[in-house]
Amino acid sequence: MNKTKILLNGLIKENPTFVLLLGMCPTLGTTTSAMGGLGMGLSTLFVLICSNVVISMVKSIIPDKVRIPAFIVIIATFVTILQLCMQAYLPELYATLGLFIPLIVVNCILLGRAEAFAAKHTPGESFFDGLGIGLGFTVALTLLGCVREFLGTGHIFGRPIYPEEYGSLIFILAPGAFIVLGFLIAIIHSIKTR
Amino acid sequence: MLWSLTLITAIAGGLLGYTYQLTEEPIARASKASREKAIQQVIPTYDNSPLDEQMTYTVHNEYGETTATIYPAKLGGKLAGAAVECSNNTGYGGEIRIIVGFEADGTIKDYQVLKHQETPGLGAKMGDWFRTDKNNQSIIGKSPEECNFHVTKDSGDIDAITAATITSRAFLAAVRTAYAAYTESLKGGNHE
Repeated sequence: MNKTKILLNGLIKENPTFVLLLGMCPTLGTTTSAMGGLGMGLSTLFVLICSNVVISMVKSIIPDKVRIPAFIVIIATFVTILQLCMQAYLPELYATLGLFIPLIVVNCILLGRAEAFAAKHTPGESFFDGLGIGLGFTVALTLLGCVREFLGTGHIFGRPIYPEEYGSLIFILAPGAFIVLGFLIAIIHSIKTR
Repeated sequence: MLWSLTLITAIAGGLLGYTYQLTEEPIARASKASREKAIQQVIPTYDNSPLDEQMTYTVHNEYGETTATIYPAKLGGKLAGAAVECSNNTGYGGEIRIIVGFEADGTIKDYQVLKHQETPGLGAKMGDWFRTDKNNQSIIGKSPEECNFHVTKDSGDIDAITAATITSRAFLAAVRTAYAAYTESLKGGNHE
């Protein structure tokens, strides 16, 4: 299978956030700022690539009946490694994302890609699928974070664009996450169908 | 089936153990550095090592038992103040952990919020709100001795954060706890 096609498939055609609507909990929870969205996206990208590659390498030795527990163990291992490294070397990012890092284990994007892609393809193809889906997730979360931070506080990546008192708080809170996500999906859908 | 699952979990366990060993020291160092930075920010002048001279006190009040950690700041061997770390569990999102710097006479020098789960844009503003010199918002330069550290709604002297009274109450309660622990430490009381 063509590598570029796999990459673009994850990034655009099957974008996990805007098209598949997977992993909504971290999507809505961490995107109160652009930085939070980017950090969460990159963390998921890392775990997704590692777990995809490893799962496609060991798929032949795992009996079908126990494949789900085996996949979960592999995903959880990488998440814990990421968590420990982040705590050690990026303590400030860890303080903002804290709770959501261990929750990557139960992010359905990871298990979904393991089941739907990595278990049926070669490690090379799985790597590109992980990269594509991971980048798609990162771009979506960063975009969502930028819009919410901009409308809510007048900042983008912490840089002031307009005075904070004109921002409307609702976009930082949970309802604003749904509103922005809904509008972004509508915009992207209308561009794609045109 | 048993064999392959055992193999996978064993490899995963080994890998995690190795990563843990590798990161254990940097994690401890990072948390010590962040604590040190917080102490430096709330009590600027000292020549001892507050982190090594820390003491813990237990404060009893209407919120039950709270453990506070005191980092004494000394200049030339004389007590110049202290940073007190303590928490309150009645915030809107649960625990609020703060560190408050006191001058020797109990006046608040500065504070830092170490950990919280308050709403962004509302309660999360407490990091700046209580140091902004506007109306009766600020707690800097005031002492819980002469100033009533409750929100004005509860007939206190401090303005609550707009639309975040619960957070403000919990924050001020934590400050009162910190002050209680600090006065206790001056008496040289029941520290552990």
